[in-house]
Amino acid sequence: MSKSVVDVPPKDGFSFDLCRRNAMLSDKGVKPPSYRKTGTTIVGLIFQDGVILGADTRATEGPIVCDKNCEKIHYMAPNIYCCGAGTAADTEAVTDMVSSQLQLHRYHTGRESRVVTALTLLKKHLFNYQGYVSAALVLGGVDITGPHLHTIYPHGSTDTLPFATMGSGSLAAMAIFESKYREGLTRNEGIQLVAEAICSGIFNDLGSGSNVDICVITKGHKEYLRNHLLPNPRTYVNAKGYSFSKKTEVLLTKITPLKEKVEVIEGGDAMEE
Amino acid sequence: MDPMADLNAPHSMGTTIIGVTYNGGVVLGADSRTSTGFYVANRASDKITELTDNVYVCRSGSAADSQIVSDYVRYFLHQHTIQLGQPATVKVAANLIRLLSYNNKNMLQTGLIVGGWDKYEGGKIYGVPLGGTLIEQPFAIGGSGSSYLYGFFDQAWKEGMTRDEAEKLVVKAVSLAIARDGASGGVVRTVTINSEGVTRNFYPGDQLPIWHEELEPHNSLLDILNSSSPEPMNIQ
Repeated sequence: MSKSVVDVPPKDGFSFDLCRRNAMLSDKGVKPPSYRKTGTTIVGLIFQDGVILGADTRATEGPIVCDKNCEKIHYMAPNIYCCGAGTAADTEAVTDMVSSQLQLHRYHTGRESRVVTALTLLKKHLFNYQGYVSAALVLGGVDITGPHLHTIYPHGSTDTLPFATMGSGSLAAMAIFESKYREGLTRNEGIQLVAEAICSGIFNDLGSGSNVDICVITKGHKEYLRNHLLPNPRTYVNAKGYSFSKKTEVLLTKITPLKEKVEVIEGGDAMEE
Repeated sequence: MDPMADLNAPHSMGTTIIGVTYNGGVVLGADSRTSTGFYVANRASDKITELTDNVYVCRSGSAADSQIVSDYVRYFLHQHTIQLGQPATVKVAANLIRLLSYNNKNMLQTGLIVGGWDKYEGGKIYGVPLGGTLIEQPFAIGGSGSSYLYGFFDQAWKEGMTRDEAEKLVVKAVSLAIARDGASGGVVRTVTINSEGVTRNFYPGDQLPIWHEELEPHNSLLDILNSSSPEPMNIQ
């Protein structure tokens, strides 16, 4: 008996049937639960002897700030780091996965990882998932061929640039880079410019906030400056913090063991009904 | 409209890409703008990608799709070159692009122009537009900016141009498209391929010809602010 014309056998590759179902449901007004997203400012630039990456530290769930000091600069390899924007779970998962692939590749080859290798692995994964893995990344590192900086978009396209910004605060940060970046910045000038770009995102973009994280990668060295700047410290009305009025008084500190007050019979017959 | 709404849109290259043959080789040309909705994500991108030493491709449409296609074809061609023991021909390169574009036409949103030189057929230009058909052409134009160029090329393209004439024509055409197409902009990049090898050229945006109603390049406000006299009215 011949099969029905509609009954097509499944083809190779990923199935996006559920994605189409979800799109149909959302058209009909079903609201899916929200993910933890990093409305973010992440940046990177190339300076005279390496790469500097920067990120803010705010993570949001819809309108709510759910982590005020998260880490958005992820480890890829000893000489490569990667800033992530988009869905926090996706950026974390994709960077962890690729960093483990890079580690295995290093065991296999016995050589330092290259930035293009990380770039290719990341873009391959993101392209396969056709933008459904929402990770927007700024990848930076120094390898045998010199310093490299790339941006990777959720659909799998990549750019190679001397300075880059990503996330909801990218416009604010790019404004700083476009007006002040030049070739051959020194280390301190670079750190200062990256910090300024992140601050521009922190103060002008609602999705970004809290502190500035920075990672400086040079040939053979790296420096992870966690909370390099704290432009939004907790503030108190009083310099010494909050003070609470005493409402409860301590009447007695002597401890009287109960055993002395009550006669305790141990053992005895079991209770019966 | 919310300008942020489009930042999550897929990257597409509202583009102007051109390939022109001349007597002895080919000239490829492209603008340098990559956009997500209304935001210019990269103002200096390189849309003319190397496939082998003697074959290059101009990419338009979705950036992710055109990159993956050219990455695969580059990989296949390098393998092919080793197996063959000699450089791949432009026809082989164009046919590989056609195969990928045609077989995955439902997944891909990209139009490409392949150009190069080989010892059998000389300089050749092939267009592989959206559906995945392969067309050998004396000149090919593509991308959103190409709509403004069909009439111009019908008038200006001549059989048997010199290398200089061809390159001048390409730069003029891309700058015309940049002037009228909002999705094209930045700089003009060209790649010239002939029996001698490959030459890359770069024409900055402020050195392009000025067309109807365009203004002369002038100092940016930032230069004025950084200058010794911070009074904008005193600048001559």
